[in-house]
Amino acid sequence: MLETALQGSRRYWTWVFFLLATMGIGFIAYLYQFRIGLGVTGMSRDVSWGLYIGQFTFLVGVAASGVMVVLPYYLHNYKAFGRITVLGEFLAIAAVVMCMLFIFVDMGQPRRVLNVILHPTPNSVMFFDMLVLSVYLLLNILVGWTVLGAERKGIAAPAWVKPFIILSIAWAPSIHTVTAFLYSGLPGRHFWLTAIMAARFLASAFSGGPALLIILALIVRKYTKFDAGKDAIQALGKIVTYFMITNVFFLGLEFFTAFYSKIPGHIEPFIYLYTGVEGHDKLVPVMWTSTILAVIALFLLIFPQFRRKENLLAIASIATFFSLWIEKGFGLIVGGFVPNPFEKITEYWPTLPESLITLAVWATGFFVLTILYKIAVSIKEEAVFDKYGQRQVKS
Amino acid sequence: MSISRREFLKLVGASTILGLGGLSVSTMLKNNLIDASQGLSEPSIMQDPRALTAKRWGMVVNMSKFKTEEDYKRCIEACHRIHNVPNIGNTKEEIKWIWKETYEHAFPGTEDPFLSPEIKHLPFLVLCNHCNNPPCVRVCPTKATFKRKSDGIVMMDMHRCIGCRFCMAACPYGARSFNYRDARPFIKEEESLPYDSTFVKGPGSELLIKRGHLTFPTRMKGVVEKCTFCYERLAVGLQPACVEASQGALIFGDLEDPNSEVRKILNERYSFRRKPELGTYPSVYYILG
Amino acid sequence: MYDGWKVIIGIIIFIGIATFPFLYDIGKASVPPPEPKINTPEIQKMVEKKCVEPKSFMKTEHMKMLNNWRDFVVRDGDRIYTASNGKEYVMSLQNTCMKCHSNKKEFCDQCHNYLDVTPYCWDCHIAPKEEKT
Repeated sequence: MLETALQGSRRYWTWVFFLLATMGIGFIAYLYQFRIGLGVTGMSRDVSWGLYIGQFTFLVGVAASGVMVVLPYYLHNYKAFGRITVLGEFLAIAAVVMCMLFIFVDMGQPRRVLNVILHPTPNSVMFFDMLVLSVYLLLNILVGWTVLGAERKGIAAPAWVKPFIILSIAWAPSIHTVTAFLYSGLPGRHFWLTAIMAARFLASAFSGGPALLIILALIVRKYTKFDAGKDAIQALGKIVTYFMITNVFFLGLEFFTAFYSKIPGHIEPFIYLYTGVEGHDKLVPVMWTSTILAVIALFLLIFPQFRRKENLLAIASIATFFSLWIEKGFGLIVGGFVPNPFEKITEYWPTLPESLITLAVWATGFFVLTILYKIAVSIKEEAVFDKYGQRQVKS
Repeated sequence: MSISRREFLKLVGASTILGLGGLSVSTMLKNNLIDASQGLSEPSIMQDPRALTAKRWGMVVNMSKFKTEEDYKRCIEACHRIHNVPNIGNTKEEIKWIWKETYEHAFPGTEDPFLSPEIKHLPFLVLCNHCNNPPCVRVCPTKATFKRKSDGIVMMDMHRCIGCRFCMAACPYGARSFNYRDARPFIKEEESLPYDSTFVKGPGSELLIKRGHLTFPTRMKGVVEKCTFCYERLAVGLQPACVEASQGALIFGDLEDPNSEVRKILNERYSFRRKPELGTYPSVYYILG
Repeated sequence: MYDGWKVIIGIIIFIGIATFPFLYDIGKASVPPPEPKINTPEIQKMVEKKCVEPKSFMKTEHMKMLNNWRDFVVRDGDRIYTASNGKEYVMSLQNTCMKCHSNKKEFCDQCHNYLDVTPYCWDCHIAPKEEKT
């Protein structure tokens, strides 16, 4: 099936080479970081996790969101998702690959990363994170590849795949719950010490992931003959709507607990993020951008007359995605470290090498996504009839 | 006989894996047989007989004995010098094992506008608390940081640390520092004078007198470091460097021994610890006199 | 076979590239085997010039032994090693091994360079300053 990724239009190859170039530049930046150390990033003694871990945190949610299309289709026979499940599974693969790459580039001693496997430590949440991510990756590769392969041969998927699909549905929430546990079990960080951290991750995962899936489905429809279906996209739109409302609601709950209890340890990170403290306000414009994007997104999503128009839904999806990308991928992490355990403030901002490496990892993810989608689309374009007797393409 | 390309590649892949797997298994078996045939008597491992032992090491910081800048400096420099702690020169990447923080920073949550100015501006000596319930140990994915069963010291295994910095996020006391770059250029040889103290003679200990700090390794980039209660000095019967340099301001002893000096002090006067409400059970106590 | 000549020429080129490292050295003198020197002041002082364990053992096993020493000292807190000859040593690369073998360049590096291995012990463990003998 891989050979279908080697045949493409001029536009396809331009995009692929653009991604490869970005990956190459970032790789050189990584060599620089590998040689000098993580000091080339903006991280510090106080803010010891930054953009890399933030992006990993956000992408874990995107990876889990594959379940949002798989579950309705396989468990509840929601036929409208028939064509989009493979796009969801392949997005999950690309996202998990990015997660693992972000963890790798964040390690101080990457040569020893296998120590996590050589010296298993069940009481460490990070150990479990490695486990669940690896298994989830393997599950999605297995399921996506098998189902797609069957479709290419024009037969039904083998029966043994079904239990793995069910397993992947059950497994998906585990990856972002475990990732949330990285934060919500630490006694010294009051910004993160909240029982609803995992629930917040869930809400942002199931709004941000499907939002990205909507955008991808629309792009695929524009540039190929594959159409995921208007119903599927609209259903995704409703999912994004309700989970985005939940996400904003949960954020509101955090604000309430902090500002009604008035406990300084709880309030200060919010004040730093949204108004700045003593002149330290690097993140204020960033957080307010996230808020404004969320408002725009919700406005376009809640009202059906806007959501039903696909171009407005696309705008809402982009706004949702970037709002959550900022909030989970940056604000959440830095907020946990500011102020530091001594109530002093050290700010954080990514450096150029850090940003190049981050871009390269995103490019790698999109590269994987492009290849996988090219395969999926090529195979589905050849299918004269899809499962429901609707002719997709001319024979 | 014809074989498809796909089948051929599968065959090659499986053969390679089996071949490499078989090779490594046979090598391992061969090595084990060699070990058995060497006929050497089993070497034995034991603790240095001079080692100081305790069920749970703890420290009392007597703030009334810290009066001048020099009092703090002595303790801090003793530690940083004999452990080759680098002076990075900026707060972003600084590495410190023991340092000063004023009261409201060392004990956040106690901000009080009517606090006595003397206490408010009193610099407290802070270090790793070697908690009895350490969150950093709980989160380490490789057990690179671990609580020693013998004496409760929260140790660092620099060989195993992968630099994930989860422990730094978990520590409620900001006790840990990360090597963001190679530290060697920042360790000034002239400043790392051997700390002045009496070293006990013993196997290899002549080295301790002559070379001082050179008996302790530096750290590579990408690992986390912190105070380790001078485990290498305890192992040869010496007190931690800061304790020895403090001239009585720091008292070190076994918290589980009711007759130890630390316990006597804690029995007799009011003591407090940093962030006790978090359930970490720190082993470093502060007294004001 | 199809494109037979192309395949044969390809095979010849492949053999040429694969055996190039060996062909390059034909006729040249071989690199002399490593000669780790043990003429350090500390070793000269010894009556019986013996290492912690027999030379043959150390040659093949010093890496594993050092790994084990590391775990005993750092993780278990035990520092004294009673060797197979009954003598006691402090388990320390920096302070015991390098006390006798204080000539890293002429001892450790000899074999390591020959085999192109770079153990990163020295990133942390301070190597003794090379003394001019």
